[in-house]
Amino acid sequence: MKKTTLFDIISPVMIGPSSSHTAGAVRLGLLARNIYKNKPNKIIFRLYNSYAHTGKGHGTEKGLLAGVLGLSVDDRRIKDVFESDIAKTVEYEFEYADNFKRHPNAVDITFLGENKMIIQGDSVGAGEIAIRKINDFNVKLTGKFNTILLVYKDMPGIISQVSSVLQYHNLNIAFLNCDRNAKGQQASMVIGIDGAISSEILEIIQEIPEVYFVSYIEKLEN
Amino acid sequence: MEINTFEQLKDECISKNKKIYEIAQENMAIGSDISVEQVRAFANRSLFAMKEAIEIGMNSRELSMSGMCGQDCYKLQKYYKTARPMFGSVFEKIIEYALATSEENIRMGKIVACPTAGSCGILPSTIVAVSEEYNYSESEQINAVITAGEIGRIISIKVALAGAVAGCQAECGTAAAMSAAAICQLRGGNISQVLNAMALAMKNILGLTCDPVAGLVEVPCVKRNPFMAVHSITAVEMALAGIESKIPPDEVIDAMEQTGALMSPTLKESSQAGLATTPSAMRVQKEIFG
Repeated sequence: MKKTTLFDIISPVMIGPSSSHTAGAVRLGLLARNIYKNKPNKIIFRLYNSYAHTGKGHGTEKGLLAGVLGLSVDDRRIKDVFESDIAKTVEYEFEYADNFKRHPNAVDITFLGENKMIIQGDSVGAGEIAIRKINDFNVKLTGKFNTILLVYKDMPGIISQVSSVLQYHNLNIAFLNCDRNAKGQQASMVIGIDGAISSEILEIIQEIPEVYFVSYIEKLEN
Repeated sequence: MEINTFEQLKDECISKNKKIYEIAQENMAIGSDISVEQVRAFANRSLFAMKEAIEIGMNSRELSMSGMCGQDCYKLQKYYKTARPMFGSVFEKIIEYALATSEENIRMGKIVACPTAGSCGILPSTIVAVSEEYNYSESEQINAVITAGEIGRIISIKVALAGAVAGCQAECGTAAAMSAAAICQLRGGNISQVLNAMALAMKNILGLTCDPVAGLVEVPCVKRNPFMAVHSITAVEMALAGIESKIPPDEVIDAMEQTGALMSPTLKESSQAGLATTPSAMRVQKEIFG
């Protein structure tokens, strides 16, 4: 795990009142936006547990929407985001649920549009977040690294092929997680990269026949 | 050298004949592959945001979303228009600035989490008030911010700075310890005095619980900020006089960790006991959330 640094203690500059319930919510929205990429017609936010119960007093709903709309944690527009012009460009609704199996500060963000995507995430404390699931695949995205997400046919050698491409371009892997539906079925791979990655590299990975889908998820700025 | 304890920090300062902020900014620069100037620029951005929050907070009377807080800084300023602060103008400024910042936080204004949002008023109030009063330069203020950051970082190695983990002693307590070290640095304290100020501030808030009314960062959090800010100044004055913490800094943090672990979960940000379950708190909670 990444150690707390001096910078972590004297930041972030953020819109209050709560790092987990406000800043964390913005960051969950931002990372979900980076994952979905498309312009949604509608977004459904399903808040769980503490997020559902005390979210209103902490501006959690405002934070989530602001993040999905691309506002950063220190953007003063978060406070009045519901009344803002950018919020008028998309339809959205909030749902509330209790589920003891989920983190106290959990949310599902469902994007409806050209494609449907359900992104599950937690605000794990001090503004830190983790995206746990994208549609049916378990992942762990924290927004701290530029990340490649790919869906592929589960079979021997795919990880090696992908890592060879990265090695050839002198890219260092910070972490790598895989998950699959069942043996020989669809699998997902999440690769955190030190540094940035070009669209050319993504195209090379996309050309591997067993790779169905590749996406590049940019890290969060703060 | 990687520094994980206050003992190591002290040894490093003495052997290299450097201040805490010098060691801290050099290590941060090396660890993140950036320059010392970039570290200081980062601290300066936080300092700027702290001052901005104070200025805006001093001029607002807007209530929080729950309606519980938001006008106490205004009341204080109105009171001081005619009354004289008992302990001078720096005291007046500290409690006003701490309230101003905390109230900005709960009305969804922009603040610096230092270390957390709930404790965001403590460090800025003392650094800004003391610097205004004694004309410390921007560079000296940045030194103070970095000193505070290093203190918080070392505490966080042993204890997660979250009310849910170790109670408010880990949030407002850590902020007070950071503030004590920062102000002692500003006032010209040596390494031993700075660390004693830190230890004295921390030692005297051990056991502080986190029992917020209705689960919001408002009651008692907002008013706790000026209390902890003033508390930190007591530690600075004692340390500068040469008064030492009989328990060394690292052992104080060990005690804080243990106290946090032994604290009932009902008193750690879960609003299941303490102030949060008083009849008045329950009434307020019902009014807000139904």
